[in-house]
Amino acid sequence: MSVADIKVDEHLAHDDHGHDHHEQSFIQKYIFSEDHKTIGKQFLIAGIFWAIIGGGLSIIFRLQLGFPEMSLEWLRPILGTWITDAGKLDSEFYLALVTMHGTIMVFFVLTAGLSGTFSNFLIPLQIGARDMASGFMNMLSFWFFFLASVIMFVSLFIETGPAAGGWTIYPPLSALPQAIQGSGTGMTLWLVSMVFFIASQLLGGINYITTVINLRTEGMSFSRLPLTIWAFFITAILGLLSFPVLFAAALLLVFDRSFGTSFYLSEIYINGEALPNVGGSPILFQHLFWFLGHPEVYIVILPALGMTSEIISTNSRKPIFGYRAMIGSILAIAFLSFIVWAHHMFVSGLNPFLGSIFMFLTLIIAVPSAVKAFNYITTLWKGNIVFTPAMLFSIGLVSFFVSGGVTGLFLGNSAVDISLHDTYFVVAHFHLVMGSAAFFGLMAGVYHWFPKMFGRMIDEKLGYLHFWLTFVGVYLVFFPLHYIGIAGFPRRYYSFTSFDAFSTFTDLNAFVSVAAIITFGAQFIFLFNFVYSIFRGRKAPLNPWRSNTLEWTTPRVPGHGNWPGAIPAVYRWPYDYSKPGAEEDFIPQNVPYSKTPESNLDHEAELAKSENITPAPANETK
Amino acid sequence: MLNLIIILAVILVLAILIAVFRVTTLVGIVKGDAGKYVTSGNKVQAALCLLFLLAGIVGFAYYSLGGLDDDFVQPLASEHGVETDRLFWITMAITSFVFILTQIFLFFFAFKYQYKEGNKATFYPHNNTLEIIWTAVPAVVLTILIISGWKTWTKITGPAPEESEIIEVMGYQYSWAVRYGGADKQLGDYDFKKIDVVNQVGIDFSDKASFDDFIPTKLILPKGRPVHLKIRARDVIHSVYQPHFRLQMNAVPGMPTRFWFVPTKTTAEMRQETGNPDFQYELVCNKICGKGHFAMKYLIEVVEPEEYDKWYASQDAWLKQNDDYLSQVPEELKEMARIASGIENNAEIQEVENAVVSNN
Repeated sequence: MSVADIKVDEHLAHDDHGHDHHEQSFIQKYIFSEDHKTIGKQFLIAGIFWAIIGGGLSIIFRLQLGFPEMSLEWLRPILGTWITDAGKLDSEFYLALVTMHGTIMVFFVLTAGLSGTFSNFLIPLQIGARDMASGFMNMLSFWFFFLASVIMFVSLFIETGPAAGGWTIYPPLSALPQAIQGSGTGMTLWLVSMVFFIASQLLGGINYITTVINLRTEGMSFSRLPLTIWAFFITAILGLLSFPVLFAAALLLVFDRSFGTSFYLSEIYINGEALPNVGGSPILFQHLFWFLGHPEVYIVILPALGMTSEIISTNSRKPIFGYRAMIGSILAIAFLSFIVWAHHMFVSGLNPFLGSIFMFLTLIIAVPSAVKAFNYITTLWKGNIVFTPAMLFSIGLVSFFVSGGVTGLFLGNSAVDISLHDTYFVVAHFHLVMGSAAFFGLMAGVYHWFPKMFGRMIDEKLGYLHFWLTFVGVYLVFFPLHYIGIAGFPRRYYSFTSFDAFSTFTDLNAFVSVAAIITFGAQFIFLFNFVYSIFRGRKAPLNPWRSNTLEWTTPRVPGHGNWPGAIPAVYRWPYDYSKPGAEEDFIPQNVPYSKTPESNLDHEAELAKSENITPAPANETK
Repeated sequence: MLNLIIILAVILVLAILIAVFRVTTLVGIVKGDAGKYVTSGNKVQAALCLLFLLAGIVGFAYYSLGGLDDDFVQPLASEHGVETDRLFWITMAITSFVFILTQIFLFFFAFKYQYKEGNKATFYPHNNTLEIIWTAVPAVVLTILIISGWKTWTKITGPAPEESEIIEVMGYQYSWAVRYGGADKQLGDYDFKKIDVVNQVGIDFSDKASFDDFIPTKLILPKGRPVHLKIRARDVIHSVYQPHFRLQMNAVPGMPTRFWFVPTKTTAEMRQETGNPDFQYELVCNKICGKGHFAMKYLIEVVEPEEYDKWYASQDAWLKQNDDYLSQVPEELKEMARIASGIENNAEIQEVENAVVSNN
């Protein structure tokens, strides 16, 4: 492959080879597009849409929790009869709100919005590929997701309300419309939507895996892959192995609901009637659900960690500390994530011996997670840190990952979990370590790759404002929940007035709600910044962050096929920042060792001799 | 009107944002930041990191060490709770230390190593010794936590002592029902098909042990004696949760579960300890179960063992209170049922006995 036209120096005038691709119609280009960049943006915009809905739902139930006396009459135009005659939120709709908040945030925002956006956008750009292995499947992946979204969205508006049995949809509650209205049509739509969602995930996942394995550019060995790609790659494998299990769980639930089978139902008497079902086990569903559900939280967090690795390294102007340890910990986390699921079930009636086994395995997973946190911090050490908004969001992610991670040691310990299970302590734990951390990863990614996505810079100052309001806000929302959780407050409670034991902390709950509203409000600063910068932002330089990875060697707005000429070849790992001897504090991956004799380490000097390149235009004379 | 105000407010906020956006852009151009790789905002961000660290640590320490209006630790009232609480606080000590230390490193490094013109970062790609240390140290600490947790867990979930009081707790939308074994201290069988409006828990009267079972309106427990809860649910999953006893176990339809524990404080003692004269132990549902989940409560009263025995002996069998259910008893056992449930006793004698008991 010829590398003669690689742009080593981004200051070179960059002419767009418009003749490389034929003109496409509007529909081909923006709607049913097979271009990974467009599909990534489609996922991003859909994810942002869902994040507003999911966040909005949480504000409604935070109003109920923080200000139980407040009249919510003003929500009647939106919620209709879900506001009772007394002007209060209906207690069943409250459950629907928490259910849909969880479903939307976990699946539609942090799985589709995060992996969908950045796996699509970054994999071909960072490994040096023209596009995904199958553009058509990739397009299908988005449109299946779109279909799932439409169905889930419609379910919000039906008369009996959306699914309301918690995002974990444990049967029998989710199987019996007699038990809760939301388990009627709402649950049916939930299940149908998830089937399409799973199909979307599988189509996307197969594509990511195939692309990473087969379409890496010359020289891009696995040991030179950016950690983002490692994370996306492993995430896709996790999804491919675990989502079909959710599919199976959902399918059996559909059978139980509609065809009279008894996979999960047994010995039930409800509404004055003994049901005919015997021999099923609700615990079976929990096993199947969490067999996906636990890897799912890593599906959510690993891409965020991968992008953070890249962003922290770039903006510290230092190589990521322990590149191989980082890959090792991703692999270890991914492997362990499949064998810890029953820690969600310590008090489900699980055999206590099984509980012991899962406690051992669960606490082991803390080791690779700790390694990652320590490596991030060491990467900052003696760096030359540039605080872009993306960098701040990445630092915020590490902070959340630690804060939320350490509380996992309580919950993973089955003896301690007895009193903490299903309390607000759990809510605090996963919102920090999984929810907020992954959300910050998503935000970091948007700020960092915005110039590549839209060819313009996103405003930095508004980014700072957005970061600090969100970062402080998230801590003010979720940190107090630990105290409430230690006090034993159960989650998914419409109100705490029925119990003397939970009559305390009304002020704290109000405080949390205020913090939540401010945090949610701050997201509109981002929304404005995002939309406005797409059209009015300053035009982006080719490599605004002075980064090493391949996407910054493309034109300002990469066209179809990403690189106008030949795809650049790769000669080094992506983290040659501040290499001793080098003039600049970064050396992009496509710069051969033979061109940087002044900074080569011993083994690299050896490699330089065997490098097979045709002489590139010498732009940099050093 | 309100809608108009909202729309105007939104427009106003939008206008402010656009103005901020334009102003910062222009100020940036004036300052010459626009083309620069690192802008003047960098120092401010570094300082804010440090400020956040300090404010965070102060806030964390203040609120964790008593700055909150309410106490966040529920008073403890069970034997195994002593051990789980101890584990909880050991874990708390370890994690708080790690939490504070890592946050200090994270934000202090961010501040200290902020971009400075002319500085160059240290090329420091790996250090195997460091990696091994921070793999091994957490591994060792975790092993200690796991082993102590595992010991406690095995003890708590192990078989209940022989002399335990066996009590059935059944969850249903949206309350609980409890059943005691009666004079023979044995719970009779149940069958979900036998449930009706009166026989709420579905007692199966073909089992001899069920004749003297009784169903009170409150869960009464003896202090200091092991209590073995046999837990089940009638419709959907519920969870038997009691924060003071550090007790939690799901109630699952079709799959009986159990939990045993020893209450260590009577309700009266807790009233004294908490200073709340109305203190009641409450049984809480802690698994989402429907509309009334948040109000699924049942009262528990812990009494001195002697008082418990007296109360226990004074309870009428359920069958006696609902003697038309005698028809469900198989013919050959009817006589036995009449005697065991106390229906056979002379009503007057029974009344006198009750009076004697309550006078004591």
